[in-house]
Amino acid sequence: MSSPGPLFFHLGASHQSAPLALREKIALPPERAADLHARLAAAALPELALLNTCNRVEFYGVAATPADIAALEDAFCAVTGLAPADFTAVRAHNTGPAAIAHLAAVAAGLESQLLGENEIFGQVKDAYAAAQNAGRAGPVLNRVFQKAFQAAKHVRTHTAISEGQVSVANVAVELAFTIFGDLKTARVLLAGAGDIGEKTAKAFQSRGAGALTVSSRTPERALALAATLDATALPFEHFTRHLGDYDIIVCATAAPGAIVHASDIATARAKRRGTPLLLLDLALPRDIDAESAAQENVYLYNLDDLAKIAAQNLAAREAEVVRARALIAEKADAIWRQVVVRAK
Amino acid sequence: MHLLTDRNLLWFAAALYLVGALLGLVSILRERRHSRAAMYVILAAGYTFQTVGLYVRGMAVGGCPLGNTFELVQFTAWSAATLYLVIGPAFRLSLLGFGTAALAAGLSLAALLHPTWDADLRSNVFGGNAWIEFHAALALFSYGVFGLLALVACMYWLRDYGLKNKRVGGAFALLPSIRDLDHMGQRLLATGVVLLAASLAVGSVWWLREPASVDLPKLLATLGVFAAYTLALGLRLRGSLVGRRLALACIALFAAALLSIAPVDASRNTSPACDAPAEAAPQ
Repeated sequence: MSSPGPLFFHLGASHQSAPLALREKIALPPERAADLHARLAAAALPELALLNTCNRVEFYGVAATPADIAALEDAFCAVTGLAPADFTAVRAHNTGPAAIAHLAAVAAGLESQLLGENEIFGQVKDAYAAAQNAGRAGPVLNRVFQKAFQAAKHVRTHTAISEGQVSVANVAVELAFTIFGDLKTARVLLAGAGDIGEKTAKAFQSRGAGALTVSSRTPERALALAATLDATALPFEHFTRHLGDYDIIVCATAAPGAIVHASDIATARAKRRGTPLLLLDLALPRDIDAESAAQENVYLYNLDDLAKIAAQNLAAREAEVVRARALIAEKADAIWRQVVVRAK
Repeated sequence: MHLLTDRNLLWFAAALYLVGALLGLVSILRERRHSRAAMYVILAAGYTFQTVGLYVRGMAVGGCPLGNTFELVQFTAWSAATLYLVIGPAFRLSLLGFGTAALAAGLSLAALLHPTWDADLRSNVFGGNAWIEFHAALALFSYGVFGLLALVACMYWLRDYGLKNKRVGGAFALLPSIRDLDHMGQRLLATGVVLLAASLAVGSVWWLREPASVDLPKLLATLGVFAAYTLALGLRLRGSLVGRRLALACIALFAAALLSIAPVDASRNTSPACDAPAEAAPQ
């Protein structure tokens, strides 16, 4: 490398190169990570941070020489039991500004399996905090991480890389916001106690939905899920009679045919005196009669509709990738120049 | 030639409203929210020019400038802008700023570009009766409220259309929620009806004293507008007229309210024409 300065590096593997079976092997739970650090005692790695998520295991650090990075690689293979050749085949390794750009891109969600997701930003922050607490963050790591966080925030703010929801459950919640503004006073009724219904109910709760009621054809399952979600259970035989009491109705049962008919919605509407009603049909076959959508102030979305919106949002994010990467490259070069100046 | 004539001031106001409308339009086309602060400042600047322009005109005609179609339309635009500047920040609906700018620009420019609307500069049209002046100003102010209601109704209709057709991204994402729009629409509808009712109550006192002072077309047009809006409010409160149909009704009613200005204005042909020149300068 022609540019002077510390040997700042990134080394690791992620979902982009390593299949799931391999990622399971290279995961570093705390005891393995401790073992790794013990083995590295002799290596000249004055600064080192470990980013360990379900989709990636990456090291960011400062090495005295390239041989110290090789020592890290050997120690990593030793604690994970991975053949060095297997790791070499899937690993990614960068130094200098390229390593900084990678860190910022990871923090911005550009390298995530779900493009633009926000969770990774917190995970990178946690990795940095752990390095600080362990005394493994020095002047280079401090500067690089803090500046990379700023760059990631800049990218998230100035591009559409994180805009729009890209999972069905979150798209459903976002739709509710476009109808009700906020969900504090919204009453949600969930029909069906399966996985997708539970995920959607949790998504509503995490975004502040007020009251949640669960109804299921199997009363025990409704009670169990209601207890899990801190919700109320509604006997299924009363389900259609109470539709008008709710603002958002999520149907995700395994019923062989429609359980909500257009006439049920008409009755519910009459009770609601013009208040909008959001119907989310997440079942296959569908739970809600499609004719219901024609009624005033009723908004019906099925799985395909939600998936289409998620796909559109994802496409919009993907369209921003080039611009986001250009911004990150620019920021990474600037950060690297600062690191080099301070190292002199 | 004096630069700061009433018409020139009103041209400046219209130009500023147009800048606000264009700013909003460009933001929508770029699928980005415009700065609410910038929009507010632009509208406030336009409003200042319009207020001064109407004041200069008022000084020239010796009363509230509601003497011809030009003045009535300008006053309606001014009322809508007043209302936005007062309630806009509370509602935090950025598109309402764009809508108000577009409405105010549209009405102001329409008035300025129709010389015939301002052909007769009438002075002292209310005969020095402050109550009648108040009645007219209040009625026009309620039209401004109904103008904003029509804007909110347009936004509601667009939001409803987007949701029904599964289009929630792009420019549709800039729209407020259905419930927020519904709440705001209801408040504006109720406010407009109350203001118009107050205006008619004041006017009716005078009319009962001198029935001949109000001709039939004006009476029918005014009462028709009032009855239609009151009916819409009643049906909304009963839950019989809601959602898209209510939105379309509010848009249609505002169009009808604007058209009703013509018979109202025509009823005042008996007022004496002002001797002042076509352009009034500040005193």
